[in-house]
Parts: sequence; C-alpha cells; structure tokens
Amino acid sequence: MSMINYASREINCKIVYYGPGLGGKTTNLEHIYGKVQPDTRGKLISLATETERTLFFDFLPVDLGTIRGFKTRFHLYTVPGQVYYNASRKLILKGVDGIVFVGDSQIERMEANQEAMQNLYDNMAEYGYDLTKMPFVIQYNKRDLPNAAPIRDLQTALNPGWEVSDAAKMRVTPDPYHAGENLIEQLPSGEWIERAQYFESVAFTGEGVFDTLKAVSKSVLKSLA
Amino acid sequence: MPVGAASWSFTEDDFAALTQALERFLTDANARCALLVDRTGQLVATVGEKPSFDPTAFATLTAADFSANDQLAKLIGETDFQSLFHQGEKESMYLADIARRVILVVLFDNRTTLGLVRLKMRQTVIELTQLFDQVFSRAAGSAAAPNILAGADDEIDKLFQ
Repeated sequence: MSMINYASREINCKIVYYGPGLGGKTTNLEHIYGKVQPDTRGKLISLATETERTLFFDFLPVDLGTIRGFKTRFHLYTVPGQVYYNASRKLILKGVDGIVFVGDSQIERMEANQEAMQNLYDNMAEYGYDLTKMPFVIQYNKRDLPNAAPIRDLQTALNPGWEVSDAAKMRVTPDPYHAGENLIEQLPSGEWIERAQYFESVAFTGEGVFDTLKAVSKSVLKSLA
Repeated sequence: MPVGAASWSFTEDDFAALTQALERFLTDANARCALLVDRTGQLVATVGEKPSFDPTAFATLTAADFSANDQLAKLIGETDFQSLFHQGEKESMYLADIARRVILVVLFDNRTTLGLVRLKMRQTVIELTQLFDQVFSRAAGSAAAPNILAGADDEIDKLFQ
C-alpha cells in the first residue's frame, strides 16, 4: 500500500523480497546497501538469529529519485525463507506494492523454490492480493554455480505464465531484457499468457541485483501512474 | 489500480490537524515525542522533540512489533491488543492503535508517569481515530486526492535510464 505524504513530499512504496531459505534475499539487500550513496539510503535493519538466518525480516529504505517534486522512497524488505517461519513471513506481506521472488538456481533447490512460490501465492491470496495483477519480478540467483539449472527449466517450473483475461492486454509484448522472448504471447492452443519479468543474478557479486530492483520499482511507480 | 496497491494520502491540512492534536497531548502528558506510523511500517509524522534515532527504522520495527503482538493476541483468543507498553530504565514507550490502520507511539521518560500518559492518550486516540477515518474514507471514495503520478510514464522511464 503506497503512501503519498504531501507534507514531506514523499511517495513511499513497499517491496518484498520473497523466496526459499538461503536463496540470497538478504544478500540482495546487503549489496544494495553497499552500493548506493549513503545519503540516499537509511540503515539496514536485520532481525536475524545468531547464525545470521533471517528471523523476522531485513529492512532497507532507499530513495530512487524525484518525480514531479516528490521523493520516491522504497522500503525493501526480505522475509525469512525457512518454511516454519510462515507466520512472520505473512506479516511482512501486509501492504506490499511489489514482489521480487528470489529463486535458487541450484537443481537440488527446485522443490524448495516451488514450495516457496506456492506459499507466496497462498499468503497473498489470504490478504486478497492477486499476484498476477501487481508488480512482480522473478530473480534466478546463483547463476555462477556449476549445478545451476538451465533458465528454461526454471521458467517452466516457476514462471509458466498465467492466462490473460483482459482483451486489451492480448498483444505480443516483447521482454525488454531478453531479446527474442515475450512477456505476453499467444500459445499454439490460442490461449494468451503473461509471464513475470525475470532476471539472472549472482547476488554475492551484485550481478543482476540492480536490474531486478529497477524493474520492480519502475513497475510499482507505473502501477500508481 | 491493481489489488494490493491501494494508496492513501493525506493533505497538508490533515497534517496540520494531527500535529496540533499531538502537540496538545505532549504538553498535557509531559511526554517527549510522538510518532505516527502506518501498519505497513511507513512513518506518517513525528511531533515533539526530534528523535536522536533513525525514525524510518524505528517506524518499521514498530509496525512489526504491533503485527507480531496482534498475532499473539489471536493465539490467546483476543482479536488484537489495543495498546502496548515497553518499559525501560529511563525511557519508555506506549503504543496505541488508531482506526486499525495507524499506530501512535509515545516516547516518555521519568518526568511523567505511565498513568498520566495513558489518561491523556485516551482522548487523543479518539480525536485521531476520527481524523484518520476521514482520511481513509476520502481515499476510498471518489473524492480521492488527485493522482500526482498520472501521465508521468515518461518521467518514470527517465528515472530508470
């Protein structure tokens, strides 16, 4: 739920990084924290266990620039990935404006990815949010690992697309980040489908981290426009 | 607007009204500082002594604190906790729910007492609840504040070049 504060001339939006445990959600935030100018970001708050596993959430506020005289402030949150923290995970989703799903590319984490994606849909539905109708980006992390699954397999498992019901959206929309691929297209069966935008990343080195952040925040601002 | 991205906004008049109510409360209760935080963790306003800590981080943790306690309330068979109190050696804080959308946090030290803060807060909570009810009903109705981002697509594109 974005908030526009006319008194301080700020637009505040909430973005949540979701995904399986040890997938790299916190690493995404740590990289952003390390790279942006100190005067455009706040403190990185981590509610973590002694072994640095996220217990409740990580939080980082960043300013991404000014539009029409209003400062755009994005509040970035991560959720705890471990399955048994679902109660706290759900709390963080409250009032979310945009979602980044950080998937773990390793073949052996495929099931954990799918479980987390299902959990995301379920938790969103409990709040009455429809993930297919809001800013949503998928990041396939750990692309540098030798056991990383091919992108095509990850896309099939985690981003197969949802049916487009709005006739106005039924036109081929190319993916601006992947030449030759489409975000919205018609299947041979005649059905129109839309997929979430995806990015490949190595959050540890920062590769793909800002592309993901830019894509989701742009999409959030456009959803308000 | 997509589900889940429902916005709310408040005008400078709203801001003046709530600042006034809170300033009066701070004087009456002899408390140091009051912060208003929305349930998603965004800071709405700070009144009184300027806090020495990072107010954004404080707001986020406050919302998380309230949300976690709401769930605890449900577990013991309550719908929610209307207020929370955290006692420190010198500094304490009292948190109260406003219209189920906003949290009022009051920071006070041993120049006043919990009893006085609670007593004075009751009236302020009623006043602020009325104020925020108006803000939210306006956001839900047709007379919503003008969308400042309408038609700003080009500007948004430029921001991310």
